[in-house]
Amino acid sequence: MTQDAISFSEAGQTFRTDSGPLTALSGVDLSIARHEFVAVLGPSGCGKSTLLRMTAGLIKPTEGMVSVFGLPVTEPRDDIGIVFQQATLLPWASVEDNVVFPAKHKRGRVSRQDRDHARQIIATCGLAGFEKRLPGELSGGMQQRVGIARALFLNPDILLMDEPFSALDALTRDAMGFELLRLWQASPKTVLFITHSIPEAVILADRVVVMSERPGRVIANLKVPLSRPRDESSLRSTEMQEFMGHLRGLLIKDKVA
Amino acid sequence: MSAEADISVSEQKDTATTKVPVAPSEPFMEKLIRLPVVLPLLTFVLILVVWEAGTRLFAVPSYILPAPSRILGGFEVVSLSRWVEHVWSTLRVALMGFVLAIVVSLPIAVGLAKSRFLSRSLYPLLVVIQSVPVVAVAPIIIVVLGTDDAPRVVITFMITFFPLVVSMTTGLMATPPELIELSRSLRAPVWREISQIRLPYATPYIFSGLKISITLSVIGAVVAEFVAAEKGIGYFIQFSTSMFKLPQAWAGLVVLLVMSLVLFQAVSLTQKILFPWSLPKERK
Repeated sequence: MTQDAISFSEAGQTFRTDSGPLTALSGVDLSIARHEFVAVLGPSGCGKSTLLRMTAGLIKPTEGMVSVFGLPVTEPRDDIGIVFQQATLLPWASVEDNVVFPAKHKRGRVSRQDRDHARQIIATCGLAGFEKRLPGELSGGMQQRVGIARALFLNPDILLMDEPFSALDALTRDAMGFELLRLWQASPKTVLFITHSIPEAVILADRVVVMSERPGRVIANLKVPLSRPRDESSLRSTEMQEFMGHLRGLLIKDKVA
Repeated sequence: MSAEADISVSEQKDTATTKVPVAPSEPFMEKLIRLPVVLPLLTFVLILVVWEAGTRLFAVPSYILPAPSRILGGFEVVSLSRWVEHVWSTLRVALMGFVLAIVVSLPIAVGLAKSRFLSRSLYPLLVVIQSVPVVAVAPIIIVVLGTDDAPRVVITFMITFFPLVVSMTTGLMATPPELIELSRSLRAPVWREISQIRLPYATPYIFSGLKISITLSVIGAVVAEFVAAEKGIGYFIQFSTSMFKLPQAWAGLVVLLVMSLVLFQAVSLTQKILFPWSLPKERK
């Protein structure tokens, strides 16, 4: 039996603020299969991050339900890794210490196996030789690699990524996207990838979910008509240009309305 | 793009910004300004010379402003062992008050940072306590606690403690929210969130608080000695002025100044050695 890795059913989130209730998300229905790469595309403030935080168990939905592997999410799970918009590394800790941090923080100690495991992940993420460097000595792209390595440390089945490359310059951003695809293909994971970049969503994901402005709803859920492996030239075909144009149209139409 | 290419870009940038072009015919003044110690030292010597010359020229009586040479003479009036005794008395009280302030303010800061209830209920009270002029309370504290070290330590503590609480609380709340989310997503215990994330993040803030507090602790000790003491630099200054021995009082002042500077540098050095990453990036 195949089971959805993540599923939202009529999920919504209303925050209490000083100026009254604010509905960030409403009636979200969405299923993500195991090892599927899904990009969520939407204007800023449409509740994309809320979607991610509900999946992570950091906030509870105020309506509907969020399930992971068939079980309602009531608290954070061990099989979910999170990559944030900023790498948010510990500035006093070396690359290696940052990557083993989940073990240190969760269990209070770090074993030899943890260190070996961390070094292995660091190498996979293209950071071999930088284990002892401090985050401040690394470029933005390398810092985010450390952020990804940290999220991979507990070997999660689900990877939640909240606009992970949006703080990087355009060239580094593209390179990091392909780096992520390489990691994902070498070790398949369910990825929920939040972004506001159409090309980024299309080049990375199996499926693109388009969200409306606040309160965020799913307005389109489209399979990306592109085979793998993909590279820089993948987006040049007229078919892909049309697909991206369609997505742009969905985002703009929603903005005007 | 490879990892190597990534780092080489940032390294190039680094060398480009740190390289200061040194022209062979650099003007003398430019060179002087860039030397770290020389310029302030020269200024200091110049002030001393003007001071000495001025007091001699206008025959200023030493109870108004003693010449630097007279102040130097003031040091010799008291024996070295007596100086050490005074210094140790003041230093001991200042350090004990300082340490007490650290020990007390840390749990309070954690409470203020973690609990909205505590920050709403306790903080206004702390502001009221801080607003009480400690100098005015000092005689009362002496009466209540007696005349040994205890009341002096408490007075010092009261002066040093507030800036520490404020800087620690600010620091504990300065942690990026994502790291707190990371901690929650790992379902780590709260005390580990504090010890492994919040406290290290607060280090730069804590040290700016410590730097303010260490100099305040010397002030606290001196204030306490003014009220009731039979030893210490504060006592010595008060005693000397009551006898109109002004050069001697000035000598005490110089000792206090040196003590404050040394303590401040000790705190700075501790930060530099133990927490080098917490220092702001140096600008050349």
